[in-house]
Amino acid sequence: MTDILFLAWRYLAHYRVKTAILVTSIALIVFLPVGLNVLVGQSAEQLTARAEATPLLVGAKGSPLELVLSSLYFESDVPDDIPWAELEAIADSGLAQPIPLDARFRARAHPIVGTSLEYFDFRGLRLAEGRRMAVVGECMLGARAAADLAVGVGDAVLSSPESLFDLAGVYPLRMRVVGVFAASHTPDDRVVFVDVKTSWIIQGLGHGHQDLAAAGAAAAVLKQEGNLITANASVVQYNEITPENIDSFHFHGDLGEYPLTGVIAVPRDEKSGVLLMGRFERPEVAAQIVRPATVMTELLDTVFTVRAYVVAAIGFAGVGTLATAALVFLLSLRLREREIETIVKIGGSPMRVAAILVSEIVVVLVLGAAFAGVLAVLASRYGSEAIRLWITS
Amino acid sequence: MPVETMVQLSEIEFRYPVGGFALRIPLLEVARGESVAVIGPSGSGKTTLLQLIAGISLPASGTVTTNGTAVNLLDDAARREFRIQNLGLVFQEFELLEYLSVLDNVLLPYRIHPRLTLDSGVRARALALAECVGVSSKLDRKARKLSQGEKQRAAVCRALIAEPRLLLADEPTGNLDPDNKQRVLDILFEQASDSHSTLIVVTHDRDLLDRFERVIDVKEFHADRGKS
Repeated sequence: MTDILFLAWRYLAHYRVKTAILVTSIALIVFLPVGLNVLVGQSAEQLTARAEATPLLVGAKGSPLELVLSSLYFESDVPDDIPWAELEAIADSGLAQPIPLDARFRARAHPIVGTSLEYFDFRGLRLAEGRRMAVVGECMLGARAAADLAVGVGDAVLSSPESLFDLAGVYPLRMRVVGVFAASHTPDDRVVFVDVKTSWIIQGLGHGHQDLAAAGAAAAVLKQEGNLITANASVVQYNEITPENIDSFHFHGDLGEYPLTGVIAVPRDEKSGVLLMGRFERPEVAAQIVRPATVMTELLDTVFTVRAYVVAAIGFAGVGTLATAALVFLLSLRLREREIETIVKIGGSPMRVAAILVSEIVVVLVLGAAFAGVLAVLASRYGSEAIRLWITS
Repeated sequence: MPVETMVQLSEIEFRYPVGGFALRIPLLEVARGESVAVIGPSGSGKTTLLQLIAGISLPASGTVTTNGTAVNLLDDAARREFRIQNLGLVFQEFELLEYLSVLDNVLLPYRIHPRLTLDSGVRARALALAECVGVSSKLDRKARKLSQGEKQRAAVCRALIAEPRLLLADEPTGNLDPDNKQRVLDILFEQASDSHSTLIVVTHDRDLLDRFERVIDVKEFHADRGKS
């Protein structure tokens, strides 16, 4: 047996490129369905975990999936707005604690999420350094955002303009970093958190400018009617909120109309949650309420269906690959006809020759399976981390 | 003292499947320990004669008796068993396994037959044979990387490793320079002499014939030509 394996191994080692291709092909055939199952399972687990940790989500009517992706994972397009009044209505109902979300701007590749301090407790985010934000213009960074932007407490982060060529559009706001969260391995790691009012200031709904009533500001006054002063275009608007100019920041219009991209609703109990959902069933309500876990489950059902098709396709490809490998083997038998004859002439039996050839196949299959096993172990060990990085990137 | 027969071909008729070429051998005997050269033009049946003696090819009629065994009456398995136990074969085109090293090629009979045990004594003999034929420095080299002469010498070592009673060599010196021709023949004769083996060598090289005790020209065994 040792001699048979020795001869089989020498042949495979000599034709190492052919052997490597066969081993890799078999490894991939075995690993792909297994790896896909592992990775999809881990992805589903991670996606579901965050969704299950978010009991209810309120947002503008439209795609529930977009609302969930936007509010939980800060992906997808910015959904339509709902007014701040919706949040107040939830709070007034006493059925749930509302947490505002306004995720529409970015600081380079990182989402800027306007929210309240309750969000951090709700998500269990822990400060690694600094303190929580206290006034508008301050921000707190997720661990990944801090690393990517290479900033820490005391530094500043600039919101990205929406369009370089839109002169009338949103102007960048320079925000002071007052805290950095420890890594949570969730999408929160890549977020720049601000107070929702700061988000509105970025949006231009609130602003600060030079005091038009002050001496020396006359050049910026277009007209004055009693206490109502209208500024002209030369008025100096602040793009950073500092202790010196913070009092000049103000908001115009009705706060109840101010926009949010979503509201997380944390019901007091299960019954309150059901009651709250019932309120959004009424047709005159402009918002929708969803259970993120349900939405993600529906998405994952689709993913699992697709996975089944992919696994089937891999299965067909595997059969094709095995057939090709068998063809390669049969062709090599023809090329090895003389070698086989030699062994028989010297005194080796056809059974011995067959044993050598079968051993070659077995060794290739075993190596392929072992390689697939290594890949599967790597996938199960590091797949979770890779998926986490993908989700938080 | 009577001469003991190692090989006897009696009333042999062998026809190739195509071409109408046939060998007819009324009687051919080779004594134990004798050295015989087989000569004849290309395609005249020299290799066929060796294959009949080895039981690789089977005659249409007649008996091939080698070392007391009617080889052509054995079944396939018994003939293979017989070959591995009694014969050393040097093929015309060496037929080394190119993915094996020289040493592994020499030891091949011990790896393909369960009755032969590959032990340290066999390995030592392989090294000694390689030293004798001048390929000891190439033992780790793959067969396909050898020159023609080196391949031939390695093939001779493989034929001798199991200490055969009958050594059949098909042009073992065909690709060698004069020095190496003599060297290979020396080792063949030395091995045959040491083990009282019989040596039958196919050769085209008439300069070597005087080293053999007897020369057989296969032309004398030719039957009809042209049609079967």
